[in-house]
Amino acid sequence: MATIEISCVEVWREISDYVDADISAELRLRMEAHFKVCAHCSAVLDGMRNVVGLIADGRLFQMPEGFNKRLYSKINLSE
Amino acid sequence: MRLMSNPLSQLDSIEADLISRVCHGEHKAFEELVRPYERLVYVTAISVLRNSADAEEVAQEAVLKAFSKLSSFRAECKFSTWLVQITYNEARMKLRKDRRHLYESVDDPQQGKEGDYWPKDFADWRLIPSELLENDQVRKALQNAINSLDDMYREVVNLRDIQSLSIKETATILGIPETSVKTRLRRARLLLRDALAPGMDGLWHTGHPYQKVRPW
Repeated sequence: MATIEISCVEVWREISDYVDADISAELRLRMEAHFKVCAHCSAVLDGMRNVVGLIADGRLFQMPEGFNKRLYSKINLSE
Repeated sequence: MRLMSNPLSQLDSIEADLISRVCHGEHKAFEELVRPYERLVYVTAISVLRNSADAEEVAQEAVLKAFSKLSSFRAECKFSTWLVQITYNEARMKLRKDRRHLYESVDDPQQGKEGDYWPKDFADWRLIPSELLENDQVRKALQNAINSLDDMYREVVNLRDIQSLSIKETATILGIPETSVKTRLRRARLLLRDALAPGMDGLWHTGHPYQKVRPW
């Protein structure tokens, strides 16, 4: 079955939802076909995936040492 | 128990039990209730305030407020969502009181904030190992790029991408439609990619010395 072409601008508009797998199967196929032939959009996709993957990593924002203990310091939990 | 009898309750039974115990005077159970979300509270606060000392102060205030208002929690959303909402409100209040303009935005003022944002260049950024996050410079570059986003984008990135909450939860916490969450998320991710991707300043290629060529 022929895939209906999609423009770069349309790809950019949908690329965030594509990364989240939050698009229709039909649109996904069109975008996948586009990525195969468009180096620019492939680069944008790789970069966005890297951004999303890296910032989801727990090591990016680490809690200060002792934060957990101090967190409850304003509450009297002994009652 | 009242909390569990609500058919719309989003609470799991362990949390409902802990909340009930706290409300009946067993204050020690509060720590157990909040413990799984300590990092969530901290990251929420620091994403708004952008410095660790302020984030810690606000986190303590937010937890105190959650403790004192726990009996009014109606389980219309998850406990974690409610706790994050409180933290957000506290952090925003602190920011309003003590606004500092220490960061310049990576956003382009030439482009409307609600309009489309398109990539500015197409430098190749091959997949990189997450071990790079062990590198302080890499972590700092990422944190600075996130901190440089305007509030409305940073908030969405924090909830959706750092804390991995759903679009729906993010929309609930921020009090905006899900479509706005998606639009802001798209723009934020493209901004971050543009800020970090082009050649990565040589930073991401192991074996190459880091050469700072960007303003952050």
